[in-house]
Order: sequence, then C-alpha cells, then structure tokens
Amino acid sequence: MARFTVNGKPHEIEVDSTTPLLWVLREQVGLTGTKYGCGIAQCGACTVHIDGTAIRSCSLPISEAEGKQVTTIEGLAQNGVLHPVQKAWLEHDVPQCGYCQSGMIMAVAALLMEKPKPTDADINAAITNICRCGTFQQVREAIHAATNA
Amino acid sequence: MNYAPQMNRRSFVIAAAAGGGGLALGLVLPFGPRGASAAVGGPEINAWVVIQPDETVVIRIAKSEMGQGTMTGLAQLVAEELECEWSKVTIEYPTPGQNLARKQAWGSMFTAGSRGIRESQELVRKGGAAARQMLIQAAANGWNVPASECSAAGGVITHKTSGRTTTFGKVADAAGKLEVPKEVELKDPKDWKIAGKPLKRLDTLEKLTGKLVYGIDVSLPGMLNACIKDCPVFGGKVKSFDAEKVMGMKGVKKVVRVGESGVAVVADTWWQAKMALDALPIVWDEGENAKVSSASIAEWLKAGLDADQAFVGNQNGDAKAALANAAKKVEAVYSYPYQNHATMEPMNATALYTADKCQVWCPTQNGDAALAAVIEASDLPAPKCDVHKVTLGGGFGRRGFTDFVRQAVAIAKQMPGTPVKLLWSREEDMTHGRYHPVTQAKMVGGFDANGNLSAFHMRISGQSILASVRPENLQNGRDPATFQGLNPSGLEAAIGYTIPNLLIDHSMRNPHVPPGFWRGVNINQNAIYLECFMDELAHSVGQDPFEFRRKLMSEHPKHLAVLNAVAEKIEWEKPPAQGVHRGIAQMMAFGSYVAAAAEISVVGDSKIKIHRIVAATDPGYAVNPAQIERQIAGSFVYGLSALFYQQCTVKDGRIGQENFDTYNSMRIAEMPKIETIVMPSGGFWGGVGEPTICVAGPAVLNAFFSATGKRIRSFPLKNHNIEFA
Repeated sequence: MARFTVNGKPHEIEVDSTTPLLWVLREQVGLTGTKYGCGIAQCGACTVHIDGTAIRSCSLPISEAEGKQVTTIEGLAQNGVLHPVQKAWLEHDVPQCGYCQSGMIMAVAALLMEKPKPTDADINAAITNICRCGTFQQVREAIHAATNA
Repeated sequence: MNYAPQMNRRSFVIAAAAGGGGLALGLVLPFGPRGASAAVGGPEINAWVVIQPDETVVIRIAKSEMGQGTMTGLAQLVAEELECEWSKVTIEYPTPGQNLARKQAWGSMFTAGSRGIRESQELVRKGGAAARQMLIQAAANGWNVPASECSAAGGVITHKTSGRTTTFGKVADAAGKLEVPKEVELKDPKDWKIAGKPLKRLDTLEKLTGKLVYGIDVSLPGMLNACIKDCPVFGGKVKSFDAEKVMGMKGVKKVVRVGESGVAVVADTWWQAKMALDALPIVWDEGENAKVSSASIAEWLKAGLDADQAFVGNQNGDAKAALANAAKKVEAVYSYPYQNHATMEPMNATALYTADKCQVWCPTQNGDAALAAVIEASDLPAPKCDVHKVTLGGGFGRRGFTDFVRQAVAIAKQMPGTPVKLLWSREEDMTHGRYHPVTQAKMVGGFDANGNLSAFHMRISGQSILASVRPENLQNGRDPATFQGLNPSGLEAAIGYTIPNLLIDHSMRNPHVPPGFWRGVNINQNAIYLECFMDELAHSVGQDPFEFRRKLMSEHPKHLAVLNAVAEKIEWEKPPAQGVHRGIAQMMAFGSYVAAAAEISVVGDSKIKIHRIVAATDPGYAVNPAQIERQIAGSFVYGLSALFYQQCTVKDGRIGQENFDTYNSMRIAEMPKIETIVMPSGGFWGGVGEPTICVAGPAVLNAFFSATGKRIRSFPLKNHNIEFA
C-alpha cells in the first residue's frame, strides 16, 4: 500500500512498490497531465514536484514517494487562478504540440521557487527538458516575463 | 536487399479515394450532402460552420493539429470569410468516417508536406464565404428584402437601407435549411482583418493545465492496456513466445500475437503490461536482413555514386562534357544518416472492436488513411468503422503512417467488446520508426578559364521514400521527391541557380530500413549537399559565398530576395565581430522560399557557439505571422538537433539507438537566438512548417568552415567530436 498526497489530497493505493510514480499518477490516481516521454529521466515530460522540488517521476519508484507531497500540473493553479508561469505561457503563446509543456512548466515553477529572478545561465542549467517542436525561444521569453510580472 | 512494401489493394483504393478531394483542390466545392448536426449541437450552416444560439461559432477543422498551428490558421481563414467575431470561435474535428460518408466534404485529411493551409485554403475560405452568404440570405428572407441590401460583420447582419440588424445565432436555423450557393467570391487578402494577423492559438489554455487529452490519455470504461514488441529486425517474424511464463504476473490478462511480426501483452495497466512484456521469452525469426549493418549500407550507397544507371532529376547543357573540359574542377562527397522522428508522445492507438463495429481513437496526421487501416485490419465494412482523431503529441511526418493503428485493431480483435489502448515504449518507438532516408552525394563543379562555374554534376545515391511508401507515385521507377529543392522549375521545390551545364541524378538503393517523410523530408540533406558545396565552390575560386551565389541567381528573383534579406539583416557587407564567423544558405521547398545566415564562434577547435541565426521566408501569403515565427524557430531546433546529435545506426539489421540517451535532442541552453523575417510577396501559397528546417544546417556548417577551414561532410557532428559550446 502506497500512501502519499497529490495536489493536497491524500491517496492510499494498492500497487507494486517498484512502479514508477509517473504510472501511479497516470493509471491509478487518474491524472494524465503528467506525460510519459522516455522512462529514463532524460526528457523531463514527466516532471512533478515532490515536497516542492522538481523530479522526473518516470524514474522514481512509488516507494520513494511514501508520505510525500506530490504536486502535478493539475495542482499548479490555485483556486482556479493560473500560476504565474502558466499565465506567462498563455501570454507568450508558448506551446506548440504541448505534450512536453506540463513537465516544462513544472520544471520552471520549481526553478522560480529557488531563484525568483533567474538569469539566462540559471535557466540553461536548470531547464533541461526536451521539446521536439522547439519552443525554447518562447519558453525563455515567458520565464523572464513571469519573473517580471 | 530491397525492401518490398506490402501493398494492400483495398486500403490503397480507400486511401486514394479519400485523398481525391485534396488533390482536386479548386475544382471540388466543400459542400457535401447534409449530415446530422454537429456533435456540439446547434444548426450546421454547411460542412465547415455550425452556429449555436449563443452565437458561438464552431468551425470544423479537417487537418490534424500537431503543434504547427494549422487549426488556428484554418479557423482564421474561415472566420475571415464568414465575418464572425473571432472571440466566439471554437473548433471541432469531423471524423474520417463522417468525411467518407459525406463524400470527402472536408477534402483530404492528410496533414503533411506543410500543406495544411496551402492546399485547403481555397476550400475553407469558400466554406466560410458560403456560410456567410446563407446567413445573410436567411436574414434577408426574414425581413423580406433582397440579400444584396444586407451585409455581415462581426457576426451581425445589417440591412443597410433600414438599419435593421440581427445576429448569426438568430438566423442560423433558417440559414441551415437554405441551398448551399455554388458560386462564392473570396476576399482579396489585402482586405483581411482576421487572417494575416498574429493571433494567438486557440488551443493553448488546456495545454497549460494538463487537461488536454492526447492519444496516450484516452480512457474508456473497462479499458485494458497493451504494450508491444515488434521484431527488432525489419522484415523479421515471431517464431515463438512463452505466454505461460508471464500469465501469472499481476494484472496480466492476455498475451497475443500481432500480425506475423509482433507480440503484445494486455494488462490492467500499461506498466504491468510492460513489465510482463519485458519478462516474456520471445524467439524471433530475424531473416536475411539481420546481416545488414550501417557499414554494408554505406558501401552499397558508395557504389551508387559512380554507377552507370541513374534517374535524372534535372539536366541542362552537357555537364559531363563540360566537366571534362573544365579549367578547374572541385569534387566532394557528402552523406546523411537515418534519423528517427522521436515525437515526444510515443505511437499509440486505442481500439474497441465488436462483431459489428470497430472504433479507434488515435493521434494521426492522416485520418483518412487511419480509417482505411481500421477497415482493413478489422475486416468490417466501412460504415461500421470510424476513427476519432485525438490531439497529437508531435507528428513531424511519423503519424502519417498507420502501423500502430493496425496493431491496435489486431489486438482489440482478439478481445472483442473490451477497449484496448496500445502504447509503444520509447524503445519500441525509436527502433520501429519510419526513418529519414539515408543517402550519399558526390558533387563535381567545373570552372572555365575566367573562374565562372560552367558545370555541375550532383549524383545522389540512396534511399527513395516513395519506393517504400507510395510506389504508385514513382515515375517509371524514378522518385521525383528525391530531387526536392533541386528541380529545374515549378512552384513546389525548384533549384535557385542557373548553371550552363548541369546534371542532377539519383542511383536508387533501398535498404530494408523503412523510410518515411521526416519534417523537411529530402531538403534536409539536399540543402546541406547543395549549399555546403556551393560554399566549397565559392572558396575554391576565392569568391565571397554570398556574391558567388548571387551571380548564379539572377533568373531566380524570389530565391534571391530571401537570400538578400538575410544578408542585409546580418550585415554581410560588414565584417563580423572579432572571433565571430558567418555562413549563409538558401533553398526553396514546400512552395516557399527560405534563407538563413548564421553567426557562430568556435571554442577550442570543436565547440560551436551559435550566436544568432537570421531566417527569412517568403510563403506567398502569411495567414498568421506569429505562428510562422514559432514554426521557424522550432524548425531550427529540429534541424540543429539532427545536425549535431542524431543518427540511427544499423547493426545486425536493427536500429542501435533506443532512447534519448543515445539519440539526443537540443535543450534550451543550446538554443540560438532566431531572428525571423516573414516576407510574403503574394500570388502563391507556400508552406511554413518545414521549409526553413533545411537552411539552418548549411548556414552553420559554412560558418564553421569560415572559422576553422574544416569541411564536415558526414553527420551528425557528434561523430566528429563537434558539440554545442
């Protein structure tokens, strides 16, 4: 039995303890905003927050999320108000296909908790998600816009 | 060694019929027989437009949205002619089954070749204009006045003489009962108010909250999940598998053979299915192709560089004779590897099969072909099949194929009444692609005594996409698509140079690795071959590469205009900053003219820092300049990822790269600043999703030569230990 909290809601789920958090979120909790891209923590499409830190959920066994607070893309907006990163993304029309953007947004939101005014170098070091559509130019613009809002 | 594709007559006939509307563009009006009202409710004015009582305008989009913005652009074109309020616009996808039942009312659904807008613009604009005329007619009928005295703007219809007004929502019911007009007039693009504007995409909000449903997210009541392994060697088969070994594993419901070459595990969850599949003993019959390697393919292609037989793509004068008599000759051989599309969302499809119905939910670039695949794989009549198009997590050409749709139906057919979602692992996706074809090119240029380029021979050796994918489109064995960007003339993909003696030909060699249309298709390598070699020719006679090109381009003013535009913006005439080096390139494809100029510096002798890339495109008309800018910036990420990182090697008949750790893709730290020049000159419709991808590579490579004196002629750059700084 895995016990953990997702977007403020406690869950108790009967699942093999080696199952990656990503698949528990998608298949047991029923939150599909977090995406599968590679399964080996390379692409970042599965990025969520655990106790406020960005992690790649495809490579984290559910046993390691025991008792932790997990935040997914579905839980980023609070009381129906978009998170500043989501607002900047909307304003700058960032996504193309959008598939990687849940993970991209979660990675950026975590960066801004740590560094509210990241430099380009900070962004380069922290944001290593793959986007095959190539939205990076808009991503960078939107990050700077979000921190100046 | 030739890979013989299995052509299925039935699916071909259906796919060809389904494609008819698109091919006959300009002749076929979009007005099919009346169908049921839209799924969302509200009266259908015609195939393209539904208007609800609350004034919401539902615009039907037949093309697939995969990030390229075609949905928003097409909606802008309909809304422009309809004269509705943009803020009231929402969209919906008709299903391929509806398209078939309504005799291709929406034209071809195939979304590839940067054709989404350029090939359906007339169809959708006429759809919008006809709907406007019908709404006006309905209002005029209500007022008992001539329609000619009424006009529409912003969703409001006004009777000019009396000043009376009504709205689209109020007359929609009556308008939907009118005859669809046969003749409509389209606006002059210079009068556009919605089209041509840098509007935001219609589909962004749901992409920010995790709510948008992609194929991988489809969920149906009672649905099971499947994970599949197809024979790792293309053309191989399943010899045997031992289902008993995994049937006891948690959640596992069934182990099924999929066609002759695949095995799938069906389980409660996908993760359970994957764990069981990884544990499943499978014996493959790999066949003769298991002997093939990258080296054996390269050797075969190399022989083609000097083979006697070749298909001619472009010829004028007598290149061979002129080369024999040239005062100076320059020769170089280039090669380009296999590459995987690597869409962020792996291939998937969800199928529900019952004895009298088969439905599939899938992300597809080709709804019509997906439906044909369902009909074929289910063996049910067409009216009992349908495909529901779900948002694509990237396409880039890969999702124009239907292999994963057939697999999903084959699995579901073995579990009647139970919906099954098939999802490929990343490893399956990487090793079962439809790869960017592999080619080599030998180029020889000859100069006369005055240093003028008098002769040019380009011999391409390698794989044809059409021979595998559309053999019916070969011309006496020749694949015309191989010469993309190198054609003598035409509005699609013509060469921008005039050379007195020229020969471009192709020795076709088709290895067993299945090729596909990969964003940019054949211009990716053709632009590197042509534009890097042009640079080599210019330097060999001590001429400026920009000026050298200009002399050969006087008969190609549109090619020249984009080249001039990037040279001007990057200030080619002025020397770059200390340590900075420039490269330039141009090409035409997908009906658009494109050029790029890059500024780089080289750190050490093998790390490239790209400071900026200036990119120009002339797509004729620019329906949404903001989305075009995003396509151009994104295309360079795709193109530069390929240039620096990407190669699928072949060993023992199978692809060697299984995930992003060995098949890398650019990150934000490596992203150069892209400065876009959108310069639509009017009078033609070009595509925007793909053309610019091909000029980034040669612009950077030519700058690298300028910096180091080194020519790189095989790719990716990582093979030369060259990386991003």
